[in-house]
Amino acid sequence: MTSADLIEKIVQVLIGLAVFAAVVGLVMFLVDRAPKKRRDVVQLIAFLAPAVLLLGAGLVWPALRTTGLAFTSRSGAFVGFENFAWIFTQEDALITVRNTIIWVVLVPLLSTIVGLAYAVFIDKSRGEKYFKALVFMPMAISFVGASIIWRFVYEYRQADDPQIGLLNAIVTAFGAEPVRWLQEPPVNTFLLIIVMIWIQTGFAMVVLSASIKGIPTEQIEAAQLDGTNAWQRFRNVTLPGIRGSLVVVVTTISIATLKVFDIVRTMTAGNYDTSVIANEMVTQAFRAGEPGRGSALAVVLFILVLPIVIYNIRILRQQREIR
Amino acid sequence: MTSTTPNVAATLPADSTRADDTTKAKRVKRRLTSRGATIASLIIAIIWTIPTFGLFVSSFRPREEIIENGWWTIFQNWGLTLENYQEVLLSPSVSAPQLGSYFVNSIAIAIPATIFPLVIASMAAYALAWIKFKGASTIFIVIFALQIVPLQMALIPLLQIFTGVITPAQNWISEVLPFIPTSNYLQIWIAHTIFALPLAIFLLHNFISEIPGEVIEAARVDGASHSQVFFRIVLPLALPALASFAIFQFLWVWNDLLVALIFSGGTSEAAPLTQRLAELVGSRGQEWQRLTAAAFVSLVIPLIVFFGLQRYFVRGLLAGSTKG
Repeated sequence: MTSADLIEKIVQVLIGLAVFAAVVGLVMFLVDRAPKKRRDVVQLIAFLAPAVLLLGAGLVWPALRTTGLAFTSRSGAFVGFENFAWIFTQEDALITVRNTIIWVVLVPLLSTIVGLAYAVFIDKSRGEKYFKALVFMPMAISFVGASIIWRFVYEYRQADDPQIGLLNAIVTAFGAEPVRWLQEPPVNTFLLIIVMIWIQTGFAMVVLSASIKGIPTEQIEAAQLDGTNAWQRFRNVTLPGIRGSLVVVVTTISIATLKVFDIVRTMTAGNYDTSVIANEMVTQAFRAGEPGRGSALAVVLFILVLPIVIYNIRILRQQREIR
Repeated sequence: MTSTTPNVAATLPADSTRADDTTKAKRVKRRLTSRGATIASLIIAIIWTIPTFGLFVSSFRPREEIIENGWWTIFQNWGLTLENYQEVLLSPSVSAPQLGSYFVNSIAIAIPATIFPLVIASMAAYALAWIKFKGASTIFIVIFALQIVPLQMALIPLLQIFTGVITPAQNWISEVLPFIPTSNYLQIWIAHTIFALPLAIFLLHNFISEIPGEVIEAARVDGASHSQVFFRIVLPLALPALASFAIFQFLWVWNDLLVALIFSGGTSEAAPLTQRLAELVGSRGQEWQRLTAAAFVSLVIPLIVFFGLQRYFVRGLLAGSTKG
């Protein structure tokens, strides 16, 4: 990069910010000087219109149009449910659907279990803050960065060479042959899932840990006096106490998992039977030149996400009302 | 701790409740820090940290060492260097990753893509909360409901709109006013702004509507216009919520790959780091001396935010975790 490039980019950003500030400032200025009678209406429009227009043109209309596109062929002709039939009959597409189901079952389940166990284990221990930071840190990392981190763990070298990937080093230390992990279905899908679990566990842990701390000490004390052991206290006091948070954690991670794209894209690009719906959607729409199929996949994604989001919102609202 | 507590209890018999509290806390503590739990949590912490640590160590090792032996043998095969970083960031050679310009792109995308939705959303949130009009709650519910639309649903038509409207408009501007450079970032700024709005309006509305009504009413009675109330009263009071959302949005944009892939054009003109990294993995997946250093270049900013602003970071992340 030359410094001319750098300066040009800075100028672009500054112009962008300046134009934006000027528009907002101008609108505010004019609104304050609107005729008295209409001022309230003008002010309302000035405040609300940018958001409503952007959402209408950039989200509502495109979503409707995508739904329409889902019923067209690549030439734009109406084909009914053909694209959906393709998703649920063609073998490659079926693998995609199957993988998505494996993802959405395993990731929420395992990250919640590990996150909960970890939150319970480190609760009120010395250095809890640091323990938390270690497991929560992957949340700050991009999916692409995480994928590179784990590709390095899964790296393969020929049997006679020293292994530089941790996983193959461990495998060969036990005398087994090294494996091309990312190219071996079905194990590769599970290895990609591990990356997502690695990221989401921190989220589960932080939410559940906060929730555990909200359980009154008296309840645990009382259970202790009744002579219960640690596991019984966990089952009968802690678990019921954090049920609401558990539901939120599981549903939130499920939604994130259904939309997972970056990990699959960076680790295997969807090859070797690892593709998922969100990845296949981009591949079909922007690489294979099949916007109809891509749109149909997006619609399927929407239908899968819909009930979880609604359920999640209801739980969140219930919790808010209790508080 | 063990030896002092009874003394405290003995010297302060009157203050029995506090002594009670201490012993209670202690008992709870003993219960929870059993040896098995400690070992289990240590194992989890190590498993969760080692992959990142291994990549971090490797990014400082010379190429020959990285490809010849595992990073855990670093003490047998000693050697540290900054060459990898120098190469990925500064090397002008065509085959080098040239991350410098992509790093600038990431910043150039993330800052406006954080500020734009923040301003637009807080204006809308203010209008919905404090300007009385019919249909306010309906509009709010509709915007709230838009959170359920995955951004995948909008990608194809949005790209069509951009190529059909914004590109010609930009060409027209550069013809009429040739001294204004064409913004390569405009599409990606707008896309991120749109996708951020439902969540941002929802969160900020929750916060802004909690501001005591007397404060705003008093200012209105004194003759302040809505824009004055907005800038002088609402924005300063909403600062904690704005900060949390800003951090969430900044990291979201910084770490995003999907939106960038479709709207950035993919060249060093506008593509962010994530896109370049994904590309490097595809084309040079074996050059670990580059990949390791490149990955860490992209992680620096999020990790600074994580360790520096951890409280806001957690709050923003938890509030925004359903986005997308």
